[in-house]
Amino acid sequence: MSEETKYEGQFAVEGGNFRNAGQVSSRIKNILKDLGCNSDMVRRAAIVTYEAEINIVSYAKKGIIHLQAGPGCIRIEISDEGPGIPDIELAMQEGYSTASPMVREMGFGAGMGLANMKRFSDNFIITSKVNEGTQVVMEIDHVRQMSG
Amino acid sequence: MTLREVKEILDADVIVGEEQLDKEVHTAFSADLMSDVLAFATTGSMLLTGVTNPQVVRTSEILDIAAIIMVRGKRPSQETAQLAQELRIPILSTKYILFETSGRLHARGIVGCIVKVGDRSDVRRDKV
Repeated sequence: MSEETKYEGQFAVEGGNFRNAGQVSSRIKNILKDLGCNSDMVRRAAIVTYEAEINIVSYAKKGIIHLQAGPGCIRIEISDEGPGIPDIELAMQEGYSTASPMVREMGFGAGMGLANMKRFSDNFIITSKVNEGTQVVMEIDHVRQMSG
Repeated sequence: MTLREVKEILDADVIVGEEQLDKEVHTAFSADLMSDVLAFATTGSMLLTGVTNPQVVRTSEILDIAAIIMVRGKRPSQETAQLAQELRIPILSTKYILFETSGRLHARGIVGCIVKVGDRSDVRRDKV
Protein backbone atom coordinates (compact mmCIF):
# COMPACT_ATOMS: atom_id res chain seq x y z
CA MET A 1 0.00 0.00 0.00
CA SER A 2 2.60 2.55 1.10
CA GLU A 3 4.53 2.56 -2.18
CA GLU A 4 1.37 3.18 -4.09
CA THR A 5 0.03 5.90 -1.81
CA LYS A 6 -0.31 9.12 -3.72
CA TYR A 7 -2.65 10.84 -1.32
CA GLU A 8 -3.02 10.85 2.41
CA GLY A 9 -5.37 13.02 4.40
CA GLN A 10 -7.60 13.27 7.45
CA PHE A 11 -11.08 14.67 7.71
CA ALA A 12 -12.99 15.51 10.86
CA VAL A 13 -16.68 14.70 11.17
CA GLU A 14 -18.83 16.30 13.84
CA GLY A 15 -21.37 14.11 15.61
CA GLY A 16 -24.95 15.33 15.41
CA ASN A 17 -24.31 17.71 12.52
CA PHE A 18 -26.89 16.33 10.11
CA ARG A 19 -26.73 19.40 7.95
CA ASN A 20 -23.22 18.64 6.72
CA ALA A 21 -23.51 14.85 6.69
CA GLY A 22 -22.01 13.64 3.44
CA GLN A 23 -19.75 16.60 2.79
CA VAL A 24 -16.55 14.74 3.60
CA SER A 25 -17.59 11.81 1.42
CA SER A 26 -18.17 14.15 -1.52
CA ARG A 27 -14.71 15.60 -1.06
CA ILE A 28 -13.13 12.17 -0.84
CA LYS A 29 -14.95 11.06 -3.97
CA ASN A 30 -13.53 14.04 -5.89
CA ILE A 31 -10.02 13.44 -4.54
CA LEU A 32 -10.17 9.82 -5.72
CA LYS A 33 -11.49 10.83 -9.13
CA ASP A 34 -8.64 13.31 -9.50
CA LEU A 35 -6.14 10.62 -8.53
CA GLY A 36 -7.34 8.64 -11.53
CA CYS A 37 -8.82 5.73 -9.59
CA ASN A 38 -11.09 3.36 -11.48
CA SER A 39 -14.70 4.57 -11.48
CA ASP A 40 -16.07 1.41 -9.84
CA MET A 41 -13.55 1.78 -7.03
CA VAL A 42 -14.35 5.47 -6.59
CA ARG A 43 -18.05 4.65 -6.43
CA ARG A 44 -17.61 1.97 -3.81
CA ALA A 45 -15.23 4.11 -1.75
CA ALA A 46 -17.73 6.97 -1.84
CA ILE A 47 -20.58 4.69 -0.74
CA VAL A 48 -18.71 3.15 2.21
CA THR A 49 -17.36 6.52 3.34
CA TYR A 50 -20.80 8.04 3.16
CA GLU A 51 -22.36 5.27 5.25
CA ALA A 52 -19.54 5.68 7.76
CA GLU A 53 -19.99 9.43 7.85
CA ILE A 54 -23.72 9.01 8.44
CA ASN A 55 -22.89 6.64 11.31
CA ILE A 56 -20.54 9.14 12.96
CA VAL A 57 -23.10 11.93 12.64
CA SER A 58 -25.86 9.66 13.92
CA TYR A 59 -24.16 8.02 16.90
CA ALA A 60 -20.78 9.49 17.83
CA LYS A 61 -19.50 12.68 19.44
CA LYS A 62 -16.94 13.09 16.72
CA GLY A 63 -14.93 11.06 14.30
CA ILE A 64 -11.97 11.10 11.95
CA ILE A 65 -11.89 9.71 8.44
CA HIS A 66 -8.37 8.88 7.36
CA LEU A 67 -7.84 8.33 3.65
CA GLN A 68 -4.82 6.77 2.00
CA ALA A 69 -5.06 6.22 -1.70
CA GLY A 70 -3.26 5.49 -4.89
CA PRO A 71 -4.73 4.69 -8.29
CA GLY A 72 -5.08 0.99 -7.50
CA CYS A 73 -5.71 0.89 -3.77
CA ILE A 74 -7.92 2.90 -1.46
CA ARG A 75 -7.76 2.58 2.31
CA ILE A 76 -10.29 4.32 4.50
CA GLU A 77 -9.93 4.25 8.26
CA ILE A 78 -12.71 5.53 10.45
CA SER A 79 -12.35 6.14 14.15
CA ASP A 80 -14.94 7.74 16.33
CA GLU A 81 -15.45 8.74 19.93
CA GLY A 82 -18.82 7.45 20.87
CA PRO A 83 -20.91 4.82 22.58
CA GLY A 84 -19.23 1.89 20.80
CA ILE A 85 -20.99 -1.27 19.70
CA PRO A 86 -21.60 -3.92 22.38
CA ASP A 87 -22.37 -6.76 19.98
CA ILE A 88 -20.71 -6.33 16.59
CA GLU A 89 -22.14 -9.53 15.15
CA LEU A 90 -25.64 -8.35 15.93
CA ALA A 91 -24.94 -4.85 14.60
CA MET A 92 -23.68 -6.30 11.32
CA GLN A 93 -27.00 -8.04 10.68
CA GLU A 94 -29.09 -6.34 8.04
CA GLY A 95 -32.15 -4.84 9.64
CA TYR A 96 -30.68 -4.39 13.13
CA SER A 97 -30.61 -0.75 14.12
CA THR A 98 -30.60 1.52 17.16
CA ALA A 99 -31.12 4.68 15.12
CA SER A 100 -33.11 7.67 16.34
CA PRO A 101 -36.25 8.86 14.52
CA MET A 102 -34.18 11.78 13.20
CA VAL A 103 -31.80 9.40 11.45
CA ARG A 104 -34.71 7.42 10.04
CA GLU A 105 -36.27 10.59 8.71
CA MET A 106 -33.14 11.17 6.65
CA GLY A 107 -33.65 7.83 4.93
CA PHE A 108 -31.13 5.91 7.02
CA GLY A 109 -31.24 3.87 10.19
CA ALA A 110 -32.74 0.73 8.71
CA GLY A 111 -29.83 -1.43 9.77
CA MET A 112 -28.10 -1.44 6.41
CA GLY A 113 -25.13 0.83 7.04
CA LEU A 114 -22.52 -1.57 8.36
CA ALA A 115 -23.72 -4.28 5.97
CA ASN A 116 -23.32 -1.89 3.04
CA MET A 117 -19.85 -0.89 4.24
CA LYS A 118 -18.79 -4.53 4.30
CA ARG A 119 -20.54 -5.35 1.05
CA PHE A 120 -18.76 -2.68 -0.96
CA SER A 121 -15.29 -3.10 0.62
CA ASP A 122 -12.76 -5.68 -0.51
CA ASN A 123 -11.43 -5.83 3.06
CA PHE A 124 -13.44 -4.80 6.07
CA ILE A 125 -12.37 -4.82 9.71
CA ILE A 126 -14.40 -3.43 12.59
CA THR A 127 -13.46 -3.16 16.25
CA SER A 128 -15.28 -1.38 19.02
CA LYS A 129 -15.09 -0.61 22.71
CA VAL A 130 -18.23 0.26 24.61
CA ASN A 131 -18.21 3.87 25.87
CA GLU A 132 -15.02 4.61 23.93
CA GLY A 133 -15.62 4.29 20.24
CA THR A 134 -15.53 2.31 17.04
CA GLN A 135 -12.82 1.78 14.43
CA VAL A 136 -13.44 0.57 10.92
CA VAL A 137 -10.83 -0.13 8.26
CA MET A 138 -12.03 -0.56 4.71
CA GLU A 139 -9.84 -1.31 1.73
CA ILE A 140 -10.84 -1.24 -1.88
CA ASP A 141 -8.21 -2.67 -4.16
CA HIS A 142 -10.07 -4.56 -6.88
CA VAL A 143 -12.26 -3.55 -9.76
CA ARG A 144 -15.57 -5.39 -9.60
CA GLN A 145 -17.50 -6.19 -12.73
CA MET A 146 -20.85 -5.54 -11.11
CA SER A 147 -20.68 -3.42 -8.02
CA GLY A 148 -24.05 -4.50 -6.67
CA MET B 1 -35.65 9.28 -23.15
CA THR B 2 -34.86 12.85 -22.11
CA LEU B 3 -35.75 14.47 -18.81
CA ARG B 4 -38.09 16.70 -20.81
CA GLU B 5 -40.11 13.63 -21.80
CA VAL B 6 -40.02 12.42 -18.19
CA LYS B 7 -41.41 15.77 -17.11
CA GLU B 8 -44.26 15.45 -19.64
CA ILE B 9 -45.11 11.84 -18.80
CA LEU B 10 -45.26 12.66 -15.09
CA ASP B 11 -46.86 16.08 -15.49
CA ALA B 12 -44.01 17.20 -13.26
CA ASP B 13 -42.68 20.56 -12.14
CA VAL B 14 -39.00 21.17 -12.61
CA ILE B 15 -37.67 22.57 -9.33
CA VAL B 16 -33.96 22.43 -10.15
CA GLY B 17 -32.21 21.86 -13.47
CA GLU B 18 -34.44 23.45 -16.11
CA GLU B 19 -31.28 23.77 -18.21
CA GLN B 20 -30.60 20.02 -18.05
CA LEU B 21 -33.86 18.75 -19.57
CA ASP B 22 -32.07 17.38 -22.62
CA LYS B 23 -30.20 14.89 -20.44
CA GLU B 24 -30.79 11.27 -21.53
CA VAL B 25 -32.02 8.69 -19.00
CA HIS B 26 -32.67 4.97 -19.43
CA THR B 27 -32.89 3.49 -15.94
CA ALA B 28 -34.42 4.26 -12.57
CA PHE B 29 -34.53 3.14 -8.94
CA SER B 30 -37.46 3.78 -6.59
CA ALA B 31 -36.96 3.89 -2.80
CA ASP B 32 -37.32 5.99 0.32
CA LEU B 33 -34.50 4.27 2.14
CA MET B 34 -31.19 5.90 1.26
CA SER B 35 -29.17 2.87 2.36
CA ASP B 36 -31.06 0.82 -0.24
CA VAL B 37 -30.38 3.49 -2.83
CA LEU B 38 -26.67 3.29 -1.98
CA ALA B 39 -26.77 -0.49 -2.17
CA PHE B 40 -28.61 -0.88 -5.44
CA ALA B 41 -28.93 2.27 -7.55
CA THR B 42 -26.53 2.65 -10.44
CA THR B 43 -24.74 5.62 -11.97
CA GLY B 44 -26.83 7.65 -14.39
CA SER B 45 -30.18 6.36 -13.13
CA MET B 46 -33.11 8.48 -11.96
CA LEU B 47 -34.01 8.27 -8.29
CA LEU B 48 -37.76 8.13 -7.62
CA THR B 49 -38.41 8.92 -3.97
CA GLY B 50 -40.58 10.58 -1.35
CA VAL B 51 -37.58 11.78 0.67
CA THR B 52 -37.08 15.54 0.47
CA ASN B 53 -34.22 16.35 2.84
CA PRO B 54 -30.66 17.23 1.75
CA GLN B 55 -29.49 13.63 2.22
CA VAL B 56 -31.36 12.64 -0.93
CA VAL B 57 -29.12 15.05 -2.85
CA ARG B 58 -25.96 13.89 -1.08
CA THR B 59 -26.83 10.28 -1.81
CA SER B 60 -27.46 11.19 -5.45
CA GLU B 61 -24.15 12.97 -5.68
CA ILE B 62 -22.26 10.01 -4.25
CA LEU B 63 -23.81 7.74 -6.91
CA ASP B 64 -23.89 10.20 -9.85
CA ILE B 65 -27.67 9.94 -10.08
CA ALA B 66 -28.98 11.69 -13.22
CA ALA B 67 -32.07 13.26 -11.64
CA ILE B 68 -34.27 13.08 -8.55
CA ILE B 69 -38.00 12.64 -9.08
CA MET B 70 -39.97 13.50 -5.94
CA VAL B 71 -43.30 11.70 -5.86
CA ARG B 72 -46.66 12.14 -4.08
CA GLY B 73 -46.47 15.89 -4.62
CA LYS B 74 -43.42 16.25 -2.36
CA ARG B 75 -41.18 19.20 -2.89
CA PRO B 76 -37.63 19.73 -1.70
CA SER B 77 -36.89 21.87 1.34
CA GLN B 78 -35.12 25.11 0.50
CA GLU B 79 -31.87 23.64 1.77
CA THR B 80 -32.31 20.57 -0.41
CA ALA B 81 -33.02 22.65 -3.52
CA GLN B 82 -30.01 24.84 -2.82
CA LEU B 83 -27.69 21.87 -2.49
CA ALA B 84 -29.08 20.33 -5.69
CA GLN B 85 -28.46 23.60 -7.51
CA GLU B 86 -24.90 23.68 -6.21
CA LEU B 87 -24.22 20.08 -7.23
CA ARG B 88 -26.16 20.42 -10.50
CA ILE B 89 -28.58 17.57 -9.83
CA PRO B 90 -32.04 18.14 -11.36
CA ILE B 91 -35.11 17.75 -9.14
CA LEU B 92 -38.58 17.17 -10.60
CA SER B 93 -41.76 16.97 -8.54
CA THR B 94 -44.78 14.90 -9.58
CA LYS B 95 -48.15 14.39 -7.92
CA TYR B 96 -48.29 10.74 -8.94
CA ILE B 97 -47.66 8.20 -6.20
CA LEU B 98 -44.47 6.13 -6.37
CA PHE B 99 -46.22 3.13 -7.90
CA GLU B 100 -47.84 5.21 -10.66
CA THR B 101 -44.64 7.17 -11.30
CA SER B 102 -42.62 3.97 -11.70
CA GLY B 103 -45.33 2.31 -13.82
CA ARG B 104 -45.79 5.21 -16.17
CA LEU B 105 -42.06 5.48 -16.83
CA HIS B 106 -41.66 1.73 -17.20
CA ALA B 107 -44.49 1.60 -19.73
CA ARG B 108 -42.60 4.14 -21.81
CA GLY B 109 -39.33 2.21 -21.78
CA ILE B 110 -37.50 3.23 -18.60
CA VAL B 111 -36.28 0.07 -16.84
CA GLY B 112 -35.05 -0.70 -13.34
CA CYS B 113 -31.33 -0.11 -12.89
CA ILE B 114 -31.10 -3.66 -11.59
CA VAL B 115 -33.73 -6.35 -12.06
CA LYS B 116 -33.60 -8.31 -8.82
CA VAL B 117 -31.44 -8.41 -5.74
CA GLY B 118 -29.80 -11.55 -4.48
CA ASP B 119 -26.52 -13.44 -4.49
CA ARG B 120 -25.68 -13.28 -8.17
CA SER B 121 -28.76 -11.62 -9.49
CA ASP B 122 -27.86 -8.00 -8.88
CA VAL B 123 -27.85 -7.99 -12.61
CA ARG B 124 -27.22 -4.65 -14.08
CA ARG B 125 -29.13 -4.02 -17.25
CA ASP B 126 -27.02 -3.04 -20.18
CA LYS B 127 -27.53 0.56 -21.09
CA VAL B 128 -29.98 0.76 -23.96
